[in-house]
Amino acid sequence: MKILGLIIAILTGAFLIYAAVDFPDWADPTSPASTYLSPRFIEKTIEETSVPNIVTAVLADYRGFDTMFETAVIFSAAVACFFILRIFVHGEPGERLYRHVLTGVTIRVKEGKIPPSDDFERIDASWTPHDLIIKTICRLLVPFIQLFGLYVIAHGHHSPGGGFQGGVILGASIILLAISNDLRTAVKRMGEKLVGLLCALGVFIYAGTGALCLLLGLNFLDYAALASILHVDPITARSHGILIVEIGVGLAVMTAMIWIYNNVSSNGEYDEGL
Amino acid sequence: MIWQLDLAILTLVVIAGIGSLMVKDLLGAAILFGAYSFMMCLLWTIMGAVDVAFTEASVGAGVSTVFFVAAVFRTTRRTKD
Repeated sequence: MKILGLIIAILTGAFLIYAAVDFPDWADPTSPASTYLSPRFIEKTIEETSVPNIVTAVLADYRGFDTMFETAVIFSAAVACFFILRIFVHGEPGERLYRHVLTGVTIRVKEGKIPPSDDFERIDASWTPHDLIIKTICRLLVPFIQLFGLYVIAHGHHSPGGGFQGGVILGASIILLAISNDLRTAVKRMGEKLVGLLCALGVFIYAGTGALCLLLGLNFLDYAALASILHVDPITARSHGILIVEIGVGLAVMTAMIWIYNNVSSNGEYDEGL
Repeated sequence: MIWQLDLAILTLVVIAGIGSLMVKDLLGAAILFGAYSFMMCLLWTIMGAVDVAFTEASVGAGVSTVFFVAAVFRTTRRTKD
């Protein structure tokens, strides 16, 4: 079976390499993409949408329909993870571990739990040292990561970046909080219901913007229709429309990453994480 | 574009790719896959596709490695085959 798989892999690879020879060379000026497609975008993007970063304009405006379903794919991946992994535990779970904050003594509670107080903190069943340095550094780092994520989303018009990258960075900041402290701290900040709602809201913002353009009399996702609502000329409206859509993508991607991480790392129980 | 640098990174991509398939320890495979993503990110930057490189760095090397490590932590660390 293994040899059969190897033969199939080598054959497919050989065919791919054989087909790749027919592709135009890297940066070939006579290739179809370079003769009429790229020059069209390079020349017209700034006067049609007033967005300096052509990649963002193509991704969110000219090819917006494609990006909408990319966002929907990420949303459905997170929802699938939720449906497959999430377990709603009824009744009391088994034993829990607590640490006395001042002395560092760990105690094991077979049944029930200690009422919440400042003296004891709940710790995970796998060995967790009392790591003050990691916790403090990560807590200081999280706001800066989130600020950078917001910058990446908002500055996608002018520099590399946009909704996907910024959303992943924002989600990674919450995941960092969950790794450095524990999953319960992160879930306390970003609750499960909030995560699910925001994930759906992100896709809704994207599709809703497109539907709004349709209602205002132009094509689906033609942001020039928003000019009458935003009180700007149609070219600036396309630039603003891209920003609105990127915010929706950022929301959906951020919460999808958090949702998947929470479900995978806690076996779907939302109790003890990585 | 410096072709020596390009060739060195491409070699590292191939080594990291084959290594992540061959290694028995799944945690090691996840980390090698992260290294592969970082090398791909460098390659995209060399070719001038900065947006793709940014996505590769944040999604491929960052978050997906965390997902792999979380999945390994919750399942098993050794492969069956």
